[in-house]
Amino acid sequence: MSAADREMAPDIVLRAEGITKIYGGTVALDNVDFTVYRGKVNVLIGENGAGKSTLMKIIAGAETATRGRLLLEGQPVHFKSPREAARAGIGMIYQELNLFPNLSVAENIFLDHEAMRRRGFLVDRRRQQEAARRLLERLEQPIDPQALVGNLRLGQQQIVEIAKALARDVRILIMDEPTSALTTAEVEILFRVIRELKEQGVSIIYISHKLEELLRIGDYVTILRDSHRVAEAPVSAIDVNWIVEQMIGRSVSETYIHQERTPGQELLRVEHLSLPRPGGGLLLDDVSFQVRAGEIVALYGLLGAGRSELLECLMGLHPEASGALWVAGQPVRGRTVGERIAEGLVLVPEDRQREGLVPTLSVAHNMVLASLRRYLSGLALSRKKELTAVRRLISDLGIKAPSPQTLIEALSGGNQQKVVVARGLLTEPRVLLLDEPTRGIDIGAKADLFRLMNRLASEGLGVLFVSSELREVMSVADRILVLARGRLTGEFRREEASEEALVAAASAGQGPVSEKEETGEWSTGGTLQTGTADSSQIATPAASASKERCDQPRPQA
Amino acid sequence: MRNPSSLASREPAARRSFTLQRRQIQTLLFQLRAFVALIILVIIFSILSPDFLTLNDLTIVAEHVSINALLAIGQSFVILTAGIDLSVGSIVGLTAMVAGYLISQGLPLPMFGVVVYFNVWVVILISLLVGIVLGLINGLVITRLSVAPFIATLGMLYAARGLALLTSNGATFPDLGGDPSLGNTGFPFLGTGNILGVPMPIWLMILFGVVASFVASRTPFGRQVYAIGGNERAARLSGIRVNRVKLLVYVISGFCAAMTGLVIASQLQAAQPATGESYELNAIAAVVLGGTSLFGGRGTILGSIIGAFVIGVLSDGLVLIGVSEFWQMVIKGAVIVLAVVIDQLQQRWQKRAALA
Repeated sequence: MSAADREMAPDIVLRAEGITKIYGGTVALDNVDFTVYRGKVNVLIGENGAGKSTLMKIIAGAETATRGRLLLEGQPVHFKSPREAARAGIGMIYQELNLFPNLSVAENIFLDHEAMRRRGFLVDRRRQQEAARRLLERLEQPIDPQALVGNLRLGQQQIVEIAKALARDVRILIMDEPTSALTTAEVEILFRVIRELKEQGVSIIYISHKLEELLRIGDYVTILRDSHRVAEAPVSAIDVNWIVEQMIGRSVSETYIHQERTPGQELLRVEHLSLPRPGGGLLLDDVSFQVRAGEIVALYGLLGAGRSELLECLMGLHPEASGALWVAGQPVRGRTVGERIAEGLVLVPEDRQREGLVPTLSVAHNMVLASLRRYLSGLALSRKKELTAVRRLISDLGIKAPSPQTLIEALSGGNQQKVVVARGLLTEPRVLLLDEPTRGIDIGAKADLFRLMNRLASEGLGVLFVSSELREVMSVADRILVLARGRLTGEFRREEASEEALVAAASAGQGPVSEKEETGEWSTGGTLQTGTADSSQIATPAASASKERCDQPRPQA
Repeated sequence: MRNPSSLASREPAARRSFTLQRRQIQTLLFQLRAFVALIILVIIFSILSPDFLTLNDLTIVAEHVSINALLAIGQSFVILTAGIDLSVGSIVGLTAMVAGYLISQGLPLPMFGVVVYFNVWVVILISLLVGIVLGLINGLVITRLSVAPFIATLGMLYAARGLALLTSNGATFPDLGGDPSLGNTGFPFLGTGNILGVPMPIWLMILFGVVASFVASRTPFGRQVYAIGGNERAARLSGIRVNRVKLLVYVISGFCAAMTGLVIASQLQAAQPATGESYELNAIAAVVLGGTSLFGGRGTILGSIIGAFVIGVLSDGLVLIGVSEFWQMVIKGAVIVLAVVIDQLQQRWQKRAALA
């Protein structure tokens, strides 16, 4: 694209006009207009259920509109399948990653358009891997193209998904919450890639719940609410408060809630918890801490620091872990998850789809799953007792569900998360463990969740939550624990926490804090999974990380 | 606490109520789909063959069906956990042979130089125990040794059939009426007797069906079975003892297979080592026809019983109207695949509606 063209902005590449989508009796989109400007980041915002995903699916060819039309470069188009949309240069990165865990990174990236040997039916593996390596280098990720995707961390999988979209020549790239699983450093890399793509004339449609992020990367903002388009504006003309008001009609300060409480007795005590890493070394190294009644404790750290593993150890999911645990002064003896639940611990897992929800069950049945014994009358489950409990939690947590019998899959992400939290609460825990509870949920649901955490703490629960969002950690928690490479490297009271101190502690043991060092953490995750085959003599993750760093050519930012 | 968002929830709820009602009706139809098919089959056959709807004939059909239904009930629990039990046919054969052996040969105790003949009740108990133990072995291999259910039960399919052949070196134990002087008469009643004019196998099917439906839909164990089939990791994190539930599921399947073996041996008043060969496929077909997903987590016991009826009515009806045995197989195969196709279409439709 020439400089002269660029000056002729705003240049529209795609327009959706009067899009209406009706599913059964439900109106998912009501006469929505949406404009995609060429070479810009077009941000789409709205609470879950506002219709964002439906609109994107229509643009990407996964759904067809009931009414309305799409104009690509001024010409009406009708995509009957994602394949047709892809042929027209529209690519989409779904929030729920569409990767095959049983295939390698390179195979995933080139799935469906494999590099072929000339005139052959055979996939040219070497060429494919070479191309994949180049793509990943462009994304500055030392991910082995031959590694199995299932062995990668979520954040790394996200990068693979982006590489997959880049491998096809796209002119419009839809990104549905691309940063929800990324650390700060990875987000920077992604943004750099996005700016690069813009330079090349690629138009981005960007969906995210992280408002600051949108203001940084976005050019135009379109806001959906309740199936309607409520506003469109250039980013230069607006601020966070405006967005929030348009979205939900309330202000930001109501999202990150913190109430003052005086902590009570000690509810959870962890001493000398260590977890061996398969293949040598330690995933968790002599971790000790406590959580008191009425206290919200955040566990901050980079991806791969061992945060999820720590919570899993508390639930008895790693029998190979050593150390001692007390709940409310009582030593924890149970080995199975069920016994740990009975002793007052419960976990809301990080990956809702894979570990939280049972998609085949209803909202009610999902909710009571961990506390079935409480609804027994004689040998049978009492429907009345179940429904009473379910109804109470639905209204307590403000879960938006048509009925308790609705299939869980029909709910929005935020509401699904609330159901998983409700399942935990029905076990009447002493300590609630939450692993990235706000991942992929909208700001309204976030506010609800934080409000709930505060209320539970006031009621005398101990709350321990894992998060990689600094803002969330600093504004919601009473106390912050920082984990780096399996060690506790910092503990801050709310008043004494600062962004710099937290980031420094999270990167402890990795030399001076810099972006490079943080991305180095990546390779730790990678080495952990891809095994010791190629680096068998290397014992410590730090050493292997630096080795991989040396191997990777790293362009300057 | 009054949540502002709980107020907001009312509006979309009202908007969705219409869809919900329609979906409920659809779900109902979906569950009754096999039943509708059954009624259509009965109507077709009774038009084509005037004998079909006579009470006598229906009882015979129901008797045939009961065998598949018993197996399908056990198989349902396994498939609901996303497992599969290929060994039920062989377990049928082995339990039939064990019962036949104990009644006709007795249990020789060489060290005392005597042969013990058990009372029929004890024979039944021992045979059921054999089924339970084989199911337990299936379950242990699957949960403790992490062998895929398909492989573990395939192994059992061969092993149990081999054991069945070994009990008699391949011969048949005829004449299981028992000997009054040995006090072991009465075995044929299980398969041929009747109470209130209804044959015993049908009573057994009703008993097993009612108990299994209750267990599946109303007890914590049943709920756990569905949860494991839907998402095993989520079930584990909810404190469900996944391995224990899976173990029990194969025990139930083994138990149902043993009951079936007893019924067949009793009906024939003879035990052949080939009893129950390929019955596992009938059972799986019945379960699938009844709307249970092979991926687990979805389906009902009643559905499986209706599925068994569809298969039974289809094969008996085709015989009655004189369709050749070979064509019967072709038709049966087509019906099974068709059922799953409809199931898939239905699911796709439901999902699309749910994602609105």
